[in-house]
Amino acid sequence: MYIHSKGYRNFQTKNIFKMKILVCISHVPDTTSKINFTEGDTKFETNGVQFVINPNDEFGLTRAMWFKEKQGATVHVINVGGPETEPTLRKALAIGADEAIRINTPATDGFSVAKQLAHIVKEGGYNLVIAGRESIDYNGGMVPGMIAKLTGNNFVNTCIGLEIEGDVATATREIDGGKETLKTSLPLVVGGQKGIVEESDLRIPNMRGIMQARTKPLTVKEPIDANAETKTVSFAKPAPKGPVKLVDSVDELINLLHNEAKVI
Amino acid sequence: MSVLVYTESEEGKIKKVALEAVSYAKGIADQMGTSVTAISFNANDTSELGKYGASKVLEISDDKLKKFNGEAYADAITQAAKNESAKVIVLTSSANSKYLAPTLAIDLNAGYVPNVVELPESSSPFKVKHSVFTNKAFAVTEISTDIKIVGIGKNSYGLKENETSVTKESFAPNLDAHDFDMEILSVDKATDQVSIADAEIVVSGGRGLKGPENWGMIEDLAKTLGAATACSKPVSDMGWRPHAEHVGQTGKPVASNLYIAIGISGAIQHLAGINASKVKVVINNDPEAPFFKAADYGMVGDAFEIVPQLVEKLKEFKAQNN
Repeated sequence: MYIHSKGYRNFQTKNIFKMKILVCISHVPDTTSKINFTEGDTKFETNGVQFVINPNDEFGLTRAMWFKEKQGATVHVINVGGPETEPTLRKALAIGADEAIRINTPATDGFSVAKQLAHIVKEGGYNLVIAGRESIDYNGGMVPGMIAKLTGNNFVNTCIGLEIEGDVATATREIDGGKETLKTSLPLVVGGQKGIVEESDLRIPNMRGIMQARTKPLTVKEPIDANAETKTVSFAKPAPKGPVKLVDSVDELINLLHNEAKVI
Repeated sequence: MSVLVYTESEEGKIKKVALEAVSYAKGIADQMGTSVTAISFNANDTSELGKYGASKVLEISDDKLKKFNGEAYADAITQAAKNESAKVIVLTSSANSKYLAPTLAIDLNAGYVPNVVELPESSSPFKVKHSVFTNKAFAVTEISTDIKIVGIGKNSYGLKENETSVTKESFAPNLDAHDFDMEILSVDKATDQVSIADAEIVVSGGRGLKGPENWGMIEDLAKTLGAATACSKPVSDMGWRPHAEHVGQTGKPVASNLYIAIGISGAIQHLAGINASKVKVVINNDPEAPFFKAADYGMVGDAFEIVPQLVEKLKEFKAQNN
């Protein structure tokens, strides 16, 4: 990379290459939620459940805000779902996104959601897509990778660090037992998680943000044709666990782990 | 028709998760009346795969694929799947598998279900049980596409020996320049430590340990047991331990044989993340800590007294039993 004066670099990012970011937002039950099912264990019981921005998406959104503030990126957020998900999109606007899009169809499976999102990525000319590594409800972990493949963009999963200079991206991804740093280029799709920003960087919307969010555009778009490839037919809760066996000494503990549980 | 399984290796050595994946693939193949083909990248010796039920191994030997590369690996697996007319592709829950799965799903027009915990309850229609809501529940999901991809949850099926006579074939996939678009600048892996992903035992510390300076005894305990170290969310948020050690709903999931929680109260998000572990032990001075409701074994008391004793007694135990 050439060393430019700071002013020239700003000129480059602002006028030659403009980052247009789409952050995919899942509308999920708060992490403290107790999970129950209804209609003969075929539907998730939403009654009494508080919904939030999927935590993995929120880390990505916060990184996107950094690109907006420091590098002049525009940031749009998107969700596939019914009108009940709009408060979650408004929260993303209150955090600082410029515009929101809702694809008006239920999020049936990862594949159909990825198809809807990939269509918008192409139509809107986004060159950076940030989604969470997985949603904390169905833990599918497939939408970011599918968007990348459907749009032909580069892909970095489990991303815990992202720097962009012009159209060059340096990304760090978590791997089993360590991390790996990669160099790639935009257009790029990222599956983000904690680490792409720190927990302490997350923003609680302030009053000004909340007021502004009310007037920011939230566009509702009708879905394209996209068949689901998978269908959940039933849910079950884990079998109740027996009571804990309390022990008084480490000898007893070692004995039980060795002879009863057979794990040491 | 066949079942194709991706068998992961590290430094040329087949990983344990790969053997579990082959065991599972053999289970599906038996249900469907077909056989298992494994695909391996730069593994030194794949004979072991036959022990768990693989009839054929496609061996790729290519210096360009020494390091994991999502695009190229997915391309290779896609070509193998087509050559073998694979109807089911078996992956694991490793970081690499989770990277590959969505790409393969698009390439092969295949429906994908991750975190699968059992053999399919039926193979036509193809229905599998998998964990959802970060182990707070299970779902049974039907895959309607011709080709199916399943990612099995770690430690959910186990290793099942099934001695099979195995043929090895070298396989050279057609890779193009696009497969190498991404440049790996550096890989940073602790080689002297067990990773949470691969660990049979995980020792985890929480806020009850009062400060990062007290982690020595956690590391001692982990070392004695050959375990990985982990921590709760507040501990990683406060910077006492690295993010990579954070286990729980927004951190890493743990599915070890034994999970030992020390000074961790057991918030619902933490318990969800470690719930897939087989045996859970809690050491906490607060008998009302929610973790006691989720654990199999518990000790109420001061971790600063119990843990050093435990390390000492375990060393004696190990000396006697080895």
